[in-house]
This record gives sequence, C-alpha cells and structure tokens, in this order.
Amino acid sequence: MPQIFHHSSNTLSKISIISALVVLGGVGAALFELMADSSYATNQGVMRVQPVQFSHSHHAGSMGIDCRYCHTSVENAAFANIPPTKTCMNCHSQIWTNSKELEMVRASFRSDESIPWVKVHDLPDFVYFNHSIHVKKGVGCETCHGRIDQMPLVYQKNSLEMRWCLDCHRNPEQYVRPPSEVFTMGYKPPEDQLVMGARLVKENHIQKLDNCYTCHR
Amino acid sequence: MIEPVELPTKIGIGPLLGPGQNLASVSDKISGVVLNRKTTLGWIAGLFVSFMLMQGLLLGAGVLFLKGVGVWGINIPIGWGFAIVNFVWWIGIGHAGTLISAILLLLNQSWRNSINRFAEAMTMFAVACAGMFPVLHMGRPWLAYWLFPYPNTMNIWPQFRSPLVWDVFAVSTYATISLVFWYVGLIPDLATLRDKATKRFHQVTFGALALGWRGSAMHWVRYEQASLLLAGLATPLVVSVHTIVSFDFAVSIVPGWHTTIFPPYFVAGAIYSGFAMVLTLMIPVRQFYGLKDLITVRHLNNMAKVTLATGLVVAYGYMMELFFSFYSASTYEGFMMHNRMFGPYGGFYWALITCNIVTPQFLWSKRVRTNVPILFVISLIVNVGMWLERFVIVVTSLHRDFLPSSWGMYYPTVWDFAVFFGTIGLFLTLIFLFIRVLPMISIFEIRMLLPAQRVKEPVK
Repeated sequence: MPQIFHHSSNTLSKISIISALVVLGGVGAALFELMADSSYATNQGVMRVQPVQFSHSHHAGSMGIDCRYCHTSVENAAFANIPPTKTCMNCHSQIWTNSKELEMVRASFRSDESIPWVKVHDLPDFVYFNHSIHVKKGVGCETCHGRIDQMPLVYQKNSLEMRWCLDCHRNPEQYVRPPSEVFTMGYKPPEDQLVMGARLVKENHIQKLDNCYTCHR
Repeated sequence: MIEPVELPTKIGIGPLLGPGQNLASVSDKISGVVLNRKTTLGWIAGLFVSFMLMQGLLLGAGVLFLKGVGVWGINIPIGWGFAIVNFVWWIGIGHAGTLISAILLLLNQSWRNSINRFAEAMTMFAVACAGMFPVLHMGRPWLAYWLFPYPNTMNIWPQFRSPLVWDVFAVSTYATISLVFWYVGLIPDLATLRDKATKRFHQVTFGALALGWRGSAMHWVRYEQASLLLAGLATPLVVSVHTIVSFDFAVSIVPGWHTTIFPPYFVAGAIYSGFAMVLTLMIPVRQFYGLKDLITVRHLNNMAKVTLATGLVVAYGYMMELFFSFYSASTYEGFMMHNRMFGPYGGFYWALITCNIVTPQFLWSKRVRTNVPILFVISLIVNVGMWLERFVIVVTSLHRDFLPSSWGMYYPTVWDFAVFFGTIGLFLTLIFLFIRVLPMISIFEIRMLLPAQRVKEPVK
C-alpha cells in the first residue's frame, strides 16, 4: 500500500499544532488586552470638538478663574454642573460683545436654549459617582482631570477604567491632598506624598471604600 | 486465517463477547459501521428529528439573547429555574462516562472495553449541553469570559470564595480531560480506520486524525502510559465535579440546600443518572447496528447493577434529608420538607420518589436485569426521576422564602421548554453523528478480550 502522507507531514503537523496554539492564544490575548486598554475603547486623550471653542487654558489658566465659578455644585452635589449660558454672559455681556466666536453664546442667551456641550468625562450609567465627597476628602481636580488650566480643548486625561478608580480607592494616601488645596493646579506636596497622604487619610477619616456596592448601587 | 474461537462462559450472565468472534470479525464489524455500511433511512430519520429538536435551542437562545432572561419563568424568589435544573441534570449524566473510562480502567474491569468509547462520547456531549445553561442563565452571556481570572481593566478577580467560580473550573477541567481522554483512546482506532479505508478522502481524514499512529511497540507503551495517567487525572474528577456542583447549593443558607449530605448524594445521583443514560442509548444502538455480540446482556446486567447500587445511595440521601429536617429541630428545615412533600409541588416529590427509589428496586431481580426491553423502560424512568430530583431541589427550596411575603411560584414558559428540549436535540444530534463517523466501540480494546490475544508467559 502506498503511503497516504508524504514524509514531511510529520514535521508540518507538529509545527502547525504548536504555532496554532502560540499564534491564536498569544496574539489573541495580546490583541484583546491592547484593544481593551486603547484610547479607542476608553477615549483617553481624545480631544472633543465643542460647539463653542471654549478654552479652559485661557479662562482657568491665564485668567485664573476658579473652577467653582462655573462648576458651582462640585462641592455639594454628585454632578459638578455645566454652567448655564448666563454664567458666560456675566462677563461676555461686557467684553468681546461683538466677537464672532461668541455668536452662538449670545444666540443661546436670546433664545433661552442651551448650548449643546459635548460631555467629555462620561462614566457608564451603572457607576455611581459623587463629586462632592471626593472634593471634601481632598482629591484634587487635577488628580483626575489633569492640568485643565493647560488644555485649550478639554480631553480625558485618565482612562476612567475601573482599575484606575480602584488604584486610589484601595490606597488613597498616594493621591490625597489637604482639602484646602483641592482646586490648586500644579500642586506640589510640601513633604513626601506617602507620609502626608497617610496622615491626611487618618485626619480626614478617608475610608478605603472598595466594596462593589460603593460604586455599583 | 484465524479460526473462530468459542469463548468460555464467564461468571455472571453470558460472556463479554458473543460466540464466533475473532480479530478480523471485531475490526470489520465496528469499522464497517463507519466505512462500509450505507447510511440507513433510520439514521437519517433519527438525525432529522434530533436536528429539528435542536432548532428549539437555536430559537430559544435567540429569543433569550434578544429579550433577556425575563422570557423564562424565573422570578424572585425562584431565581434558578430550568437553566440550573438542566445544568445539573446534564452534568450528572456525563459522570457515567468518566467512571467507566477512568475508574473501571484502573480497576481492570475488562467489561468496560465495549462501552467506554460510547460512554465517553456521551460524557462530552452531555457536558457540552450542561455548559450552555449557566452561560444562558447569565443575562449578559456575551460577558461570560468574566468568569475566568484574566488580566482585565477592572483590576479585580472573580470571587474565589464563591462555589459558582469553583464550578467554572470544575466543569472546564472536566470537559478538557474528557475530550483528551476520549481522543487519546480514539487514536489507535482511527489508525485502523485509516488502514481499512479504501477511499482517498477517508484515508486522509482518518490518517490526519490518527496523528501518525503506526502501532509500534513504542507507540503502545506511550499509549498505555498516557491513558493510565489520564485515568488517574480523571478519577478524582468523577467525585470532585459533582461535589462542586452540589456546593452551589450546599454552601448557601437556603433550607433544603444547606446540607452536608449534598456532595456524596449528588455524586451518587450523577453516576446513577449517567448509567441510566448509557443504558437508554446503548440498548437501541446495539439493536439497530447488530452489535449484540459486542455489547452483550452481561454488559447490560453489570450496568444495571451499578444503577441499582447508586440508586440505593441516592435513596439513602433522600432519607437523610427527611431525617435531618426533623433532627435539626429547625422550623425552616421542617417546614421546607413538609412543603416539599405536601406543598404545591408535592406531586413532583412523590413522582421523584416513585421514579428514583421504587423503580430501581426491580433491578434486584436477575430476570429484570437481563430483560432488555424492561431495562430500557427502567432506564428512561430513572432519567426522568433524576431530572425531577433537580427540579424539586431547585424550585421547592426557593419558592417558600423565609418571609411569607416573598413566597412565589415557578411556572416554566415555552422558552424554558424550547431550550431544554433543544439541548436534548443537540445531544442526540451529536450522538447520531458520532455513531456514523467514528467507531462507537473501541476496536483494539475489544480485540484485547479475544482469547487469541491472551499471551501467557511460558511456564519454566
């Protein structure tokens, strides 16, 4: 009886089995991991075009307007608040009144219809998040949002992945600052962060809340 | 030319092989089913019916994915309905295959040789059906991979203290070992098929699957080592898999679930239902394929004995449940048992007692054990009984919660039944395909039973 297979099939089959395992397993896992962590999935670092080219770097940076001037409810509510057009008009009824860039703002003020701002930091609906408690316990604005005072157009500085949340929730001493410094941009801790952080955790009764139901209620 | 040899009648009922078998006839008989025999009308009809039944699974799963688990009859308090009942039922059925292939191999029970291949295939198909249910029950099945501990963007692991996670490992290990064991056992037979095949397509297909098996002494040594190792690995699984399945219940605090008897009682029940299913499948197959000389009445008799023995363990389990509901002096345990027997699902309980305790008692009689049609009917009743057992455990324990305000009833919907019967269709479809394309009885292991193979050491 003639041979059914050529002699080389022994080698070929061994190579194909091993390479199938390595290629499918390894490359698949690596791709999956890269995809899940990519800015495509998380929107990290992606600049969003807004209906009005509002520059945080100009207003919060060069002008030095406090965060809370616009984001009024950040200390008291879950949501930090997107300011109404009236807040813009506090100044812009007086300055740059003829600016073309601001026509949409004036139109919104006249018609009483909101400017359709694009939400940059959008957590999934199954996550409960409250700004006020973070601000009260000494999590600086820049800790999560980055140097907003240097961003012409705001983008998401961090991934907002769950592991990013847990990084702080499990060991808050790495990031907390005195509550008086929460709104400071470019804050430098006067002593070692871990020493100060450990003290602040104790002083301000910061709990390590890492139960599922802390955020998934 | 090897002369047909009459086998001496062994202890028990009849020999392991019918009269007049020799090396060539065994190979021809089994490989002929795959290679030479024409596809019969009966097989096509059987496959068609099973395949149509399987569409119930497709439809049921499709509707489930579109609309969510609300299409099922589950509710609060009965969060575990048909899905878990069927999961436990199917995974239990698989256990007979592993017991036959692993434990009986280690115990040198040569009667397993003609049923182990079929039972192992049955195990794998049953595990495939079982594995589907927890995933379907999840609500968001596309996230089923969350069950596995893989590096993820959430920085969390599955809850390792939960028996549901142990279940994932138990069942996936079980499926893997069963598949490898089954395939390793197939290799020498695939080589036989390759050598007997005359068509190029058959030669190449079976040749590729045989992985270059040439039957050299070295191959056989390695084969023996591998199958003993795999048997050693699979043996604890016979006990561990259903123990862990029982932990899904026993680790909770629900009256009727929170019982220490559960692990041994579940394992016995699994083997019980598994042997019943092997009987249910083997009896028609040996009839239609003329394999009565290879799967003899003695095999059926032995399997009936195992069924009876495990059935008695299960009966002991029921009695202990009853006893401990009294002996625990817990109001809730007592009420649960009373409700199980006389509550709204009482009929199911008594049906289960009839199917699982009363029916197998007939197997004490040798005349019943050797009467093939009656044995077939008993095996069917036991299959039904074991399904009822899981239904009673899941539903009656849940539907009367601690607070009467949370009491409820479970009524399965058409989609519950569609998915359940769909998996039966899937199981039968796989069985039909298996008996058509692969040797359903291990050729080389049957050949080892022949007197011609019994090489005696020369007496010095």
